[in-house]
Amino acid sequence: MSLILDNVTYKYSTNTAYEITALDGVSLKIEDGEFIGIIGHTGSGKSTLIQHMNGLLKATSGTIYYNGQDIYDKDYDLKDLRTQVGMVFQYPEHQLFETTVFEDVKFGPKNQGLDDKEATLRAYEALQAVHFPEDAYDQSPFELSGGQKRRAAIAGVLAMKPAVLILDEPTAGLDPKGRGEILHLIKNMHEKKGNTIILVSHSMEDVANYVDRIIVMNDAKVYMDGSVKEVFSRIDELEAIQLAVPEVTYLMRELKRMGYNVNESVTTVEEAKREILRLKGKLA
Amino acid sequence: MFREITIGQYYPAESRIHRLDPRVKLFGTFIYLISIFVANGIVGFAFLTLMLAIVIKLSKVPFSYMVKGLSGIVVLLIVAGIFNLFMTPGQAILTLGPVSISDVGLKNAALMTGRMVFLIIGTSIMTLTTTPNQLTDGLETSLKPLTLVNVPVHEIALMMSIALRFIPILVEETDKIMKAQMARGADFETGGLIKKAKAMVPLLVPLFVSAFRRASDLALAMEARCYSGGEGRTKMKPLHYEAWDKRAYVFILLYMAAMICIRVFVWI
Amino acid sequence: MNIIEAKDLVHEFFRRDEEGNIEGISVALDKVDLNVKEGQFISILGHNGSGKSTLAKHINALLTPSDGTIYVDGKDTSKPENELPIRQSAGMVFQNPDNQIIASIVEEDVGFGPENIGIPTDEIWERVERSLKSVGMWKYHAHSPNKLSGGQKQRVAIAGVMAMEPKCIIMDEPTAMLDPQGRKEVIKVAHELNKKKGVTVILITHYMEEVIDSDYVYVMEKGKIVMEGTPREIFSRVDDLKHYRMEVPQVTYLAHELKKNGLDLPEGILTREEFLDVLNIG
Repeated sequence: MSLILDNVTYKYSTNTAYEITALDGVSLKIEDGEFIGIIGHTGSGKSTLIQHMNGLLKATSGTIYYNGQDIYDKDYDLKDLRTQVGMVFQYPEHQLFETTVFEDVKFGPKNQGLDDKEATLRAYEALQAVHFPEDAYDQSPFELSGGQKRRAAIAGVLAMKPAVLILDEPTAGLDPKGRGEILHLIKNMHEKKGNTIILVSHSMEDVANYVDRIIVMNDAKVYMDGSVKEVFSRIDELEAIQLAVPEVTYLMRELKRMGYNVNESVTTVEEAKREILRLKGKLA
Repeated sequence: MFREITIGQYYPAESRIHRLDPRVKLFGTFIYLISIFVANGIVGFAFLTLMLAIVIKLSKVPFSYMVKGLSGIVVLLIVAGIFNLFMTPGQAILTLGPVSISDVGLKNAALMTGRMVFLIIGTSIMTLTTTPNQLTDGLETSLKPLTLVNVPVHEIALMMSIALRFIPILVEETDKIMKAQMARGADFETGGLIKKAKAMVPLLVPLFVSAFRRASDLALAMEARCYSGGEGRTKMKPLHYEAWDKRAYVFILLYMAAMICIRVFVWI
Repeated sequence: MNIIEAKDLVHEFFRRDEEGNIEGISVALDKVDLNVKEGQFISILGHNGSGKSTLAKHINALLTPSDGTIYVDGKDTSKPENELPIRQSAGMVFQNPDNQIIASIVEEDVGFGPENIGIPTDEIWERVERSLKSVGMWKYHAHSPNKLSGGQKQRVAIAGVMAMEPKCIIMDEPTAMLDPQGRKEVIKVAHELNKKKGVTVILITHYMEEVIDSDYVYVMEKGKIVMEGTPREIFSRVDDLKHYRMEVPQVTYLAHELKKNGLDLPEGILTREEFLDVLNIG
């Protein structure tokens, strides 16, 4: 059970002078239950990459296998793939359209061909999962606050019970409170349900705090792929493509340079705290 | 697929056509549109095509770029063509079961489709070579006399230029919402007409909501920048005629005269 | 001299039900006092719905007080005749870069404001060039805004305000929709305009790291100013910030946590360099 991209290349405006290669020979293997972060600059190919994973874009060359099946096979059901590989787009609240939140969340399950009873159950579960306030289920989605709209939209994808959930900058434009809540939600869900999560993010701190594996995209290619510690230990290479590492990782590197015996592979405040306390304990 | 639409987009280049006064271009386009309907024979259309080709060449806008704009309208053209083809009574030249194609129908369909193509290419030359603001200025000045009968010319012109600015943004947004709904299992491609129309609801509602949101944001931004109607405004790029503009007027009038002559004196 | 003086500023609006009947009154600003000196760089922090955007709109006379007063550049915003002069001296940049650019060519957009206030043609061109240069966007003057990045679009929007030669610029979450690169560009430009041109800047944001270089910071919650002080003073109160669920920069938070665990560190550390300095001594 996995998602495999085999040498996937995607080109826009092929055979014209403006041909752009948005993905260039990308090969990846994503196992069940992983929590992956994708980082990279605007225009590095992140969005194009994830839109291949649920078949919204079709590779110019290369193949994608979901659970061992080639998704470009003639009789492969792409619509079914999209319900198994759920995708939460950037600013997902812009896709809300129904008269009530509840009806909107039911849209996905109904498209899956579930009967009304089953779709209702799914919608209820999904709204519970995102801690959406129960008294607002019947409200118009357009009257909600920004954070609540975002939750309703995420519930709309969760209701399809995807095995893989892709989120494209799910915290963009939210205030710090909203950001923390959404990320927590995703983490809890991952821990409880064990589904695969792919999180596209611009925040190194968020990535360091939540994911296990990081894929760095640059110039349409996979620039790095490894555990959080591996990736953030390659500071110079990341800086070469104008990306950064978490503040505390920089801090540890500087402490090391100053001659302190600290572990450089620190990526979170909690770890940094322990390292410095250990160091100070020794010094004292 | 929506990215390809080029109608209403400005194509930056340094050309004689780009430099013409927008009022000249508006007048020229107007005359050209009339001339499309004046032409009704091979010679007329040949002359029109020749003139159009010269103007396209002068504009330095690649023809392929212009044609891309047509792709979005092809469906419309085909529908219009089919209606003309089958619905026009006359001498049947081909019968397929209950429907038949008449000689008049064939001619009408060809004329109709041809005229639509010429109409779109012609108007897109204007929008491709004129920035929306110039276009607005041109319209505003050309239609100024209408303010005497209480037509809000300035507002209409401004509305038009804002619409043109937001077309590409809304097109991109449509693409995005479509993908987002497809990710929720929506199906825009299969099914009959009614099913397809129904499938548009999840696309159109968010699009309208977004358009309204953008409109209210924009109104606020304009107000914050001291916009308070056309009164007392100055122009960053005021319009004034140059020698070439005058020549262009003469040329446009000569063209129209030639088209009328062809219609009156030439029978094919 | 204070360029902005708000005293007991209140903004109320009616909540209406579906039929348009008044259901109740909401208070978006609750007796806010705000004094900004000319040439300062001020930041206002707060969550969505804290009233910070409402406050911003009052400074630009897009809204007028329900109660209390606000003077901008010595003019009372509640007097209709002051509306245009106030908008000219206090320009505003909004959150969504796409929804505030009016024209389809960068230079024409920057010229929109000066056109509105009746500046002669030659001077419009001078102003457009000067303000585009001040935000580093002159080389894009003939481009379409649609082809620019988010950060570049925001810089064009800032240039559009600068072309009206305001004394003060209010930026209402100008970075909320941008990527890290764009955020850096916009904040850098804001500081440059403040330093080189002496423009008063009021930056509304919810990113903590963007307020570090401000002269003074306000934190808003539920229509009230709940914290104010220099960035260092604000960042010394990590527990209060956490209480208001504001994010704290990693080094500041780390120092605070270490202090709680018995290390002798001062509060309000803002940068890595400071942290290393005090850790060395400590």
